[in-house]
Amino acid sequence: MAFKQITSPHAHAAQNTAKVMQLVLWSTIPGLLALSWHFGWGALINILLATITAVLSEALIIKLRKRSVRFYLSDYSAVVTAVLLGLALPPLCPWWVVVTGSLFSIVIAKQLFGGLGYNPFNPAMVGYVVLLISFPVQMTTWVTPLALLPEGISHPDIIESFRIVLGVSIPVDGVTGATPLDSFKYALGLTADQIYQQDPLFSRAKFASVGWEWVNLGFLVGGIIMLASRLFTWHGPVAMLATLALLSVIFWDGGSSQSPGSPLMHLLSGASMMGAFFILTDPVSSAVSNRGRLVYGALIGFLVYIIRAWGNYPDAVAFAVLLANFSAPLIDNYTLPRTYGHTDRRRATEKVED
Amino acid sequence: MRKTWLTPGGVHPPENKQQSLTQPIGELPIPDRLVVPLSQHIGAPSIACVKVGDCVLKGQKIADSAGSVSVAVHAPTSGTITAIEARPVAHSSGMTAPCIEISNDGLDQWIASEGIADFEHTSPSALLSVITEAGIAGMGGAGFPTAVKLNPGFQRPIDTLIINATECEPYITADDALIRERAEEIIEGVRILSHILGNPSNILIGIEDNKPEAIAALRPHIQDTGISLVSFPTKYPSGGEKQLIYILTGKELPSGQIPADIGTVCVNIGTIYAIKRAVVDAQPLISRVTTVTGKACAINRNYNVLIGTAVSHLLQHNNFDQQACSRVVMGGPMMGFSLTSEDVPIVKTSNCILAPIYQEIPEDEPAQPCIRCGMCAEVCPASLLPQQLFWYSQAKDHDRLQAHNLFDCIECGACSYVCPSNIPLVQYYRNSKGEIKTAQQEKVKSDHARERFEFHKQRIEQAEQEREAKRAARREAAKQAKSTTAGSGSAADIVAAAQARAAAKKLNPEQQQAKLERAVASAEMRTQKAQEKLDSATANNDTEEKLNVFSAALTAAQQKLDQAKARLAEHK
Repeated sequence: MAFKQITSPHAHAAQNTAKVMQLVLWSTIPGLLALSWHFGWGALINILLATITAVLSEALIIKLRKRSVRFYLSDYSAVVTAVLLGLALPPLCPWWVVVTGSLFSIVIAKQLFGGLGYNPFNPAMVGYVVLLISFPVQMTTWVTPLALLPEGISHPDIIESFRIVLGVSIPVDGVTGATPLDSFKYALGLTADQIYQQDPLFSRAKFASVGWEWVNLGFLVGGIIMLASRLFTWHGPVAMLATLALLSVIFWDGGSSQSPGSPLMHLLSGASMMGAFFILTDPVSSAVSNRGRLVYGALIGFLVYIIRAWGNYPDAVAFAVLLANFSAPLIDNYTLPRTYGHTDRRRATEKVED
Repeated sequence: MRKTWLTPGGVHPPENKQQSLTQPIGELPIPDRLVVPLSQHIGAPSIACVKVGDCVLKGQKIADSAGSVSVAVHAPTSGTITAIEARPVAHSSGMTAPCIEISNDGLDQWIASEGIADFEHTSPSALLSVITEAGIAGMGGAGFPTAVKLNPGFQRPIDTLIINATECEPYITADDALIRERAEEIIEGVRILSHILGNPSNILIGIEDNKPEAIAALRPHIQDTGISLVSFPTKYPSGGEKQLIYILTGKELPSGQIPADIGTVCVNIGTIYAIKRAVVDAQPLISRVTTVTGKACAINRNYNVLIGTAVSHLLQHNNFDQQACSRVVMGGPMMGFSLTSEDVPIVKTSNCILAPIYQEIPEDEPAQPCIRCGMCAEVCPASLLPQQLFWYSQAKDHDRLQAHNLFDCIECGACSYVCPSNIPLVQYYRNSKGEIKTAQQEKVKSDHARERFEFHKQRIEQAEQEREAKRAARREAAKQAKSTTAGSGSAADIVAAAQARAAAKKLNPEQQQAKLERAVASAEMRTQKAQEKLDSATANNDTEEKLNVFSAALTAAQQKLDQAKARLAEHK
């Protein structure tokens, strides 16, 4: 009687890539809820458009590559990229912005490099940066948070939101405005305290900035869920947030007109939390070892801060992540863990004498 | 309680140990034929010392140990040798190997022998030879000859003896069952080992805390013996030798070294029991406890199985359902290997036969791309980066693989176990290790060939240089001679030079006399030969012409002889 020959181990844990990706999707819900509550239906529409584009374009490329569409789509990685891009884009931005970004993420940044597992850069961030550079106007127009809408005006309902996205209708005055990081950056000649008191984006906030603080806290909750599920280790996110906090403390300078802003503002505005837990934790494009991820996270925190403080862009998570993606292989070379039975950690490039 | 150390990584697969522990260790009817492989251990295969047709008794030696790293093999029951030939054996490749087949005579008659009750007054070397002669090799999995392990030499004093009762693989309960039922004999075995190793100061029995019954069974027997029973939290793979040494002593075994290098010897429970049986009861290793488990078997239980029993015999006696079975594994679900045939025999290292149904261990799913999630690195007990090793294994980048310490991988399978992309990581590592070893062997070969070629080239060059030097010297001498001739020019000088050369050529008187004597002797010889020729020609009535030639030659030879004699006389 002959049996099939199969190599060890024979047992397998119940984890699989699709489940990992699904858990990432579930973990975006607190952030998405906060985003939708404070900024209206735009984020959901972004996610919907991005997902449709991503899944269709991924299927098309897989078909062109003569692979099993069903097998590769079922890993949910295209959906994760689309959702992260949708969350990052300004609500109510034109449909073609979302579609272009999503196409770029999936086709150029992911599939042309070989698909899942082979992309050197975070696909969602590649899409985002392409849009930011190509369409700066659309990309920097944000919806006004619910609490700051003028008397008698509310966020457009779902139908109206779709009409705005499709370009059939234009938003009412006062529905769009600047982001807190934008506002802060371009409020020249004022001390930080003056800005915080005069700008309602800050003055009516609980911790940092109206609406944004809750979106960031939502992503923080999602991140803690993923950490607890051991989807990734704490090293990357903690290193990034700690570096960002440390630098904003060092350069806070008591809030002069030159100050780049308070630590709380930096941690709870822009894409800080989303970047820390949903973007830099993308394992494909990050450093591999825990030690490497400490360096990688710290590098992102550092880059985010210097671009925010002294660069031309109000936020910088996408740029910082892409630059760190570039450095990840180098970081990997110098951050091998110490193996059992060895006194020293080795270098990946070490030549073996034999 | 004794301090234990925590190893990095590890996994907690479902234990599935209870189902095979509901009944005590059972016995099976002896099969009609037993097939005993000659190589059940690491090292040189044993050499058969019986012939086909021989009758053997139970426990009689049927193969001798072949050299220092080898053990003997014994008949598991009495009967007749019916074949000595290659048969399929338990190996992941499904290969065949030399085996001795015994037809059971149904008597199960033991060979007469006497044990050593008073082992404490027996020399360690005598005990070691008993262990080798009893065929004992590590029963935890590797099958390394135990006597070799217990004899590390005086330059490696042993201060720690570790008894591995961890049994961290799911499903397997052979050691657990053995401890529950034979704790006293096991402790006696530990004392024999301790005596052989010169009573090391630490004797530690390492056991996972999921075996409370076994711990309770051992505890009464270790009182006042100096043996420590150390239990620690259950985690796979705590039973790996390197891991267990760290858990119990906090010492890491340096890469590429053996436990004896850090004063430690690590022995499995089953082996200890076999040593006790061999030394005290004079019973060689002819049976072992094997777990038969998995839902494709209606009965899950431990058996005392004779070495050489076919796996099919075990399965049949446990109502095996082949249709439902997804694979048959020898060993556990983490490190065991699947059998391609159920006709292979149980050997000294077979601790478990696992026959799971599809719901227990389904078919492997197709591998998805590696997303470098790092779950593998989190569970690696050796702190490797499995995702990087996988990457470089695919790329066949041997330098990077070695820089990432591929050879420190113990192939425990924890990385593959957690991999969400179902990548058979361990298979990649085994493959790469094989490739690197082959490449190294080829490198040694090609280095050797290159050295030979370079030596050859060097030799030729040297010969050429020597010839060139000679030529140069001759040229120089010729030039010298020419310049001397050209420089002087006068006839007197030329004469003087010729005289000088002649003087140089002149021999001393003794040499000259010897030369002249030789000349006389050879002239005499030639004269004699010429005479003989002339005589034979005369006798044969040759032509006148020929006779004339010969007589002329004789006259000439006689003249030369006279001259030579005259010169010799003159010299004197």
